[in-house]
Amino acid sequence: MKKAFIKHVAYYLPETVVTNEAIVKDFPEWSVEKITEKVGVNQRHVSAPGETATDLAEKAAVRLFEENNIDPASIDFILLCTQSPDYFLPSSSCLLQTRLGLRQDVGAFDFNLGCSGYIYGLAVAKGLILAGVANNVLLLTAETYNKYLHPKDKGNRTIFGDGASATLVSDDGVAEILDFALGTNGKGANNLIVKSGASRLPEQQNDLTFDKNGNPVSSDYLFMNGAQIFAFTQRNVPQVINEVLDKNHLAKQDIDLFILHQANRYMLDFLRKKMGIPEENFYIHMENVGNTVSTSVPICLVEAHKDNSLRGNVLLCGFGVGYSWGAVVVKMNK
Amino acid sequence: MEINDFIKKFANIFEETDPASIKADTVYSELEEWDSVMLLSLISMVDEEYGIIVDVDELSETRTVEDLFNYVNSLS
Repeated sequence: MKKAFIKHVAYYLPETVVTNEAIVKDFPEWSVEKITEKVGVNQRHVSAPGETATDLAEKAAVRLFEENNIDPASIDFILLCTQSPDYFLPSSSCLLQTRLGLRQDVGAFDFNLGCSGYIYGLAVAKGLILAGVANNVLLLTAETYNKYLHPKDKGNRTIFGDGASATLVSDDGVAEILDFALGTNGKGANNLIVKSGASRLPEQQNDLTFDKNGNPVSSDYLFMNGAQIFAFTQRNVPQVINEVLDKNHLAKQDIDLFILHQANRYMLDFLRKKMGIPEENFYIHMENVGNTVSTSVPICLVEAHKDNSLRGNVLLCGFGVGYSWGAVVVKMNK
Repeated sequence: MEINDFIKKFANIFEETDPASIKADTVYSELEEWDSVMLLSLISMVDEEYGIIVDVDELSETRTVEDLFNYVNSLS
């Protein structure tokens, strides 16, 4: 039976860096220490005006090719996870086929997911390989949530960073992609949403109000109900992790490294303690990048590879907007 | 679940507020320190201390610390 592997991973962050010091200038009631302590982020990269997720994805892919001597002509499928496409149509992955100089006999499509996206991308890529549709899938994640944020949205501006990743999923490689557990619950749609600008509410709504904590609420910008999202992860993340362990006939102790979507430090610490995972088996890398949505898990893979903490069974888990969530175990060759 | 013990645990999640100022009839959302991040601390405290996962909408309907206790207690 054919197998699918993660072969190489790379990521790219936009050049502009926004520090906590810069953010507190706009919000004097908020302190640098408080952001670091509660959110766990010291700085984040933010895309420049006119710099889109597609631009970031291209740079991540070029970096992947260059760092690993990958011939672009070997790619036979492009999957792009983004909620920030250049256009309603065509799909940004089609633009990237040309910009990356890939063959024309490749498949390409975008899929619209947020923080769970990397796991779904791996699931689809594995399916394409096992079905014999493709041998070398270029899985891209790219997000520029900062463009959706209201300037006065203190909480989300501290949390989210922009960025992109590129992963080569292939029929050989260093990390075998084992079984998945996935989940969806559209009842949570309104708790993390950009309402206007697409088909349901095409016009700008200009309905900005401020809640009792002084946070902006508007259909024209990203809205996140932090408490609801927190409660969602509290219920669903430990559950999907147990499911994926069961599916792979593994116990928690068999996992050498847990890489969860880097939502925020507070939530990660809470989830780690709730599931009784030792700190040394639980990867955190968000201090200098923030929550990069679908790119957070691949960033961790690259960083964990660099510091030699990738070995044995590695559990990857993403969760967020949708609600959508998923987890998978990858087995390292070493 | 015992109310005085609950109040003590609830008061513990605050950093700047004097624990002695938090009583059963305190309207907690009107406390100076209360904000959206405190709501997360409350949700995690209830889970860590009592193993209870609250419903955020129902929780948000409570006003006083006693209401809050009654709500959490109803789930235990």
